[in-house]
Amino acid sequence: MAVRGTLSILEWFGDLGIFCARLAGALVRPPYELRELVRQMDEVGTKSLPLVLLAGAATGVVLSLETRDTLVLFGAASQLPSLIILSVLRETGPIITALVVCGRVGAGIGAELGAMKVTEQIDAIEASAVSPYKLLVATRVAACMLMLPLLTIVADFSAIMTGWLANRLAEPMSLSYYITHGFLWVRFRDFLPTTGKTIVFGLLIGLIGCFQGMRTGGGTEGVGRSATTAVVIASLFVILADVLLVRLIMVLFG
Amino acid sequence: MAEQRDAGPAIRVTGLRKAFGRQVVLDGVDLEVERGQTLTVLGRSGGGKSVLLKLLVGLQKADAGSIRIGGRDLGELPLDALTEVRRKLGFLFQHAALYDSLTVGENVAFPLRRHTDLPDDERQRRVRELLSQVGMEDALEKLPGQISGGMKKRVGLARALALDPEIMLLDEPTAGLDPITAAEMIGLIQDSRRSREMSAVVVTHDLRSVEALADRVVLLEEGKIKVEGTFDEVKRQDDPFVTAFVRPTFGKPHE
Repeated sequence: MAVRGTLSILEWFGDLGIFCARLAGALVRPPYELRELVRQMDEVGTKSLPLVLLAGAATGVVLSLETRDTLVLFGAASQLPSLIILSVLRETGPIITALVVCGRVGAGIGAELGAMKVTEQIDAIEASAVSPYKLLVATRVAACMLMLPLLTIVADFSAIMTGWLANRLAEPMSLSYYITHGFLWVRFRDFLPTTGKTIVFGLLIGLIGCFQGMRTGGGTEGVGRSATTAVVIASLFVILADVLLVRLIMVLFG
Repeated sequence: MAEQRDAGPAIRVTGLRKAFGRQVVLDGVDLEVERGQTLTVLGRSGGGKSVLLKLLVGLQKADAGSIRIGGRDLGELPLDALTEVRRKLGFLFQHAALYDSLTVGENVAFPLRRHTDLPDDERQRRVRELLSQVGMEDALEKLPGQISGGMKKRVGLARALALDPEIMLLDEPTAGLDPITAAEMIGLIQDSRRSREMSAVVVTHDLRSVEALADRVVLLEEGKIKVEGTFDEVKRQDDPFVTAFVRPTFGKPHE
């Protein structure tokens, strides 16, 4: 049992490796599927906006409410703006965005490609001499990689603003004071590398979504399974990658 | 090169073998389809007929044996050349496999958009023409989810014909259709064959399509070719499996 489990995990990683090689080929070799790329950027980016705004807003409120009491306890209430802003920019914004997009887009891609697979639509694309890796996979992965940093900026903005609003309910504080004091300690490494790392999250979400979708078998039931598996594995990978990336950014940018 | 390709049969398959795990679906199959001829492949459900078609377009890889399409060996072709071969093939899938997110018109336009430089209006005209050939011009703007199974197959046929293929591969063109729609479908396939010089491989277990379409018939049993010949020759065979297949009697399962 354990042996078979290990074997199937190894097989999964092997298949993923082959998949990555094909994807890399499809990403670099022309022709590029620009029309489909734009369509996917709309699907991944524009249509995730409301969700990301909402998730960011909730995060800002919660951060403000939770930390406020603690800071007051230590007589450090004046540090609240920088604590919220640093926390959002460095970690909360990127990871919340990645996980929310993972749920929406990862499942969407897994189910869409899965359904196309079991109804032979992917075979039909290939039979009409078009590469499904170029048309379907490369465009979705690229769209995820391009849109995730932008969505992260949106979530950051939303969280910082609601952080201020929630704080205002407890004590009067002007927006300009909040922003000036909050950004006082923000350095280059707090924003750019941490937003940039979401490109990796985007890669993982797109890659795992497409991979699970394309290897769907077993009819309609398989489609549901692919969507679930895509979300579970992609979120797990995003969190693991985050651990490595946080450490890497510390080493590189001090 | 061009002359070499023009000579000989449209499809030549030798010693084809394909297994999934321990289950052997094709076990040393030899086939030949002459230019302009239609070959019908009969066999029980799950007997490797669809797999055979998928091997012919290179959607799956054979374990052993060779497939030559127009004189070119699929197994030895680099991807670019495989693309070139695939453009000459029209594939009708069992459940039509229309692209869900595209309208009927866009489905038929897909191969044209990909493989020709036709200007937009010219392409539109061609799409309308193809759809009217299969009697589906009214559905141009509909999505595949809004039309019936029989209609989907007609659109699938129009899409497969879009690039004027030299060879048509039809996977159960009449399965799941009522007798009237099935007869219409057979008629459409006959029409499209008459209007162009085309070879075809038809996988089916519908004897009426065999009678109407086939120049030659092969019957697969357990991955091997059991009989081969014209439909009349096959019908006259004395073998119990063949008899059970072409003149089925109810209530007596074939051993």
